[in-house]
Amino acid sequence: MATSRMTRDRNFLGPSGTTVPAWQFWLLSTLGVVLLFGVWTAVALSGLMPRRFLPTPLEVLDRLQILIVTPFAGFTFHQHMLASISRFLMGWAIAVGIGIPLGLLMGWYRLLDEIVTPLFDAIRFVAPLAWVPLAALWFGTGIGGPLLIIFVGSFAPCVISAYRGARLVDRRFVEAAQTLGASGPQIMRHVLIPGAFPSIIAGLRVSAGLGWQSLVGSELIVVGAGLGYLMVQGQANLSTATVMCGMLGIGLVGFLIDVLLRAAERGVNRRWGMT
Amino acid sequence: MGDIVFSGITKRFGDQQAGFLALDRIDLKVEDREFVAVVGPSGCGKTTLMRMAAGLDFPTTGTVTVGGRDVERPGPDRSVVFQQFALLPWKTVRQNIGFGLMCKGTPRTEIDAQVARYVELMSLQGHEESFPHMLSGGMQQRVAIARAYVMQPEVLLMDEPFGALDAQTRIIMQEELIQLARRNPRTVMFITHGVEEAVYLADRVVVMGKRPGRLLEIMDIKPHRQSGNWEGMPIEEVMDLPVFVHLRSHIWRLLKSKDAGGAGDH
Repeated sequence: MATSRMTRDRNFLGPSGTTVPAWQFWLLSTLGVVLLFGVWTAVALSGLMPRRFLPTPLEVLDRLQILIVTPFAGFTFHQHMLASISRFLMGWAIAVGIGIPLGLLMGWYRLLDEIVTPLFDAIRFVAPLAWVPLAALWFGTGIGGPLLIIFVGSFAPCVISAYRGARLVDRRFVEAAQTLGASGPQIMRHVLIPGAFPSIIAGLRVSAGLGWQSLVGSELIVVGAGLGYLMVQGQANLSTATVMCGMLGIGLVGFLIDVLLRAAERGVNRRWGMT
Repeated sequence: MGDIVFSGITKRFGDQQAGFLALDRIDLKVEDREFVAVVGPSGCGKTTLMRMAAGLDFPTTGTVTVGGRDVERPGPDRSVVFQQFALLPWKTVRQNIGFGLMCKGTPRTEIDAQVARYVELMSLQGHEESFPHMLSGGMQQRVAIARAYVMQPEVLLMDEPFGALDAQTRIIMQEELIQLARRNPRTVMFITHGVEEAVYLADRVVVMGKRPGRLLEIMDIKPHRQSGNWEGMPIEEVMDLPVFVHLRSHIWRLLKSKDAGGAGDH
């Protein structure tokens, strides 16, 4: 949320319409970070809470250094991270692979729209975490469970964005393609998919964010490796710093995923002149 | 053969009581390789009529045939040039022009050769790899015309193709269209708001009225053009010829008459 707020508009000081200069923006952002860590350190050092449960930021960084070089819960920090990323990529890829085509088809075929939409509206309000018990029952500790959770978390935005995108493709483009002799599949490939692409890529961003966020939930039931698993093990060992390192890793990777997809989005829009 | 025959066309939007009659008993034949312009006030149904020939709209009653066959769906034998160009924004100029040929499964080398030919014909050299949004309106329209012509269609349907262009570009495009039409004669149905444009370009001009949309008069321009000898003359000179002035004011009077139902509506 914090990143979207910062990038949405930088004129949060002063009346709307005036923009804050870049140096001021960076100064204020840095100030926020310094404040957070300052307060955190102060509270930790004050002894209001046992240090075991609230380590200082520096202690967390120390712990991170240790986790990077020595295996904890079987693996080093970046191995846990890679395990999470690959698990996420698999689940997300399934959601994208099914969700995008389904959304496009729903946007194109009225009948499918009418069959799927009510079902979809009913199911998508069941939060990804609410699927954890079911996933555990179905898949036990296998790879299927986490994949199902990530899938559930990221599926809806894929369908919705592709559906909206296909619905909003200018009718004239479809008609132009038809008069040039394009077949149904050709219209899908050359008109609907690229036409819906700006919407799809926005949906990919949202779905990647949600999928990544449901990862921790999915890793509560996994035994092996992963940032979520690392945190659960940290908790079991009463190592608050380890839990925080896991949170740090999750935040960082989520942020990087968003940056990558945001860049892709900008690139596509600029190339086709759709900004 | 590429004649277009509209017989007994009516088009009703909505139901019998609440709806309205957009087109009322239209009978019109556009001969093979004839250039017919259709003028009329906004809402007279001229675009709807053209879209029926394209297979993008269908009459409530009556039939449309092109080359003797009933029109059931859009197809590459009837190319359409849309008012707002409708170029695919995610394809380059080259890909846009070659799109129809690609859909047909034409071999790559053949597509490249054809595209190159029309790029030259429409003076688009150097812009083959540009995306539509990088081009001016006039150039976008040239791409749209090239995209339609490259299909070598029997029939060319144009819906106010120059409506979105500025006056100067418009004149250039009109003259280019005339030259193209001379070199590659096609059956052309040209929908327009511009009376001068219609008289200058067409063999016949169809004048329509509205509420309900119907034919008011069909004027034969070709004999006047030949007697006035304006073939090949630039439009600004043609516009001063007495015969042209006479034809133009006749159409204007028709459009402003009570019959047309839309005085000064354009």
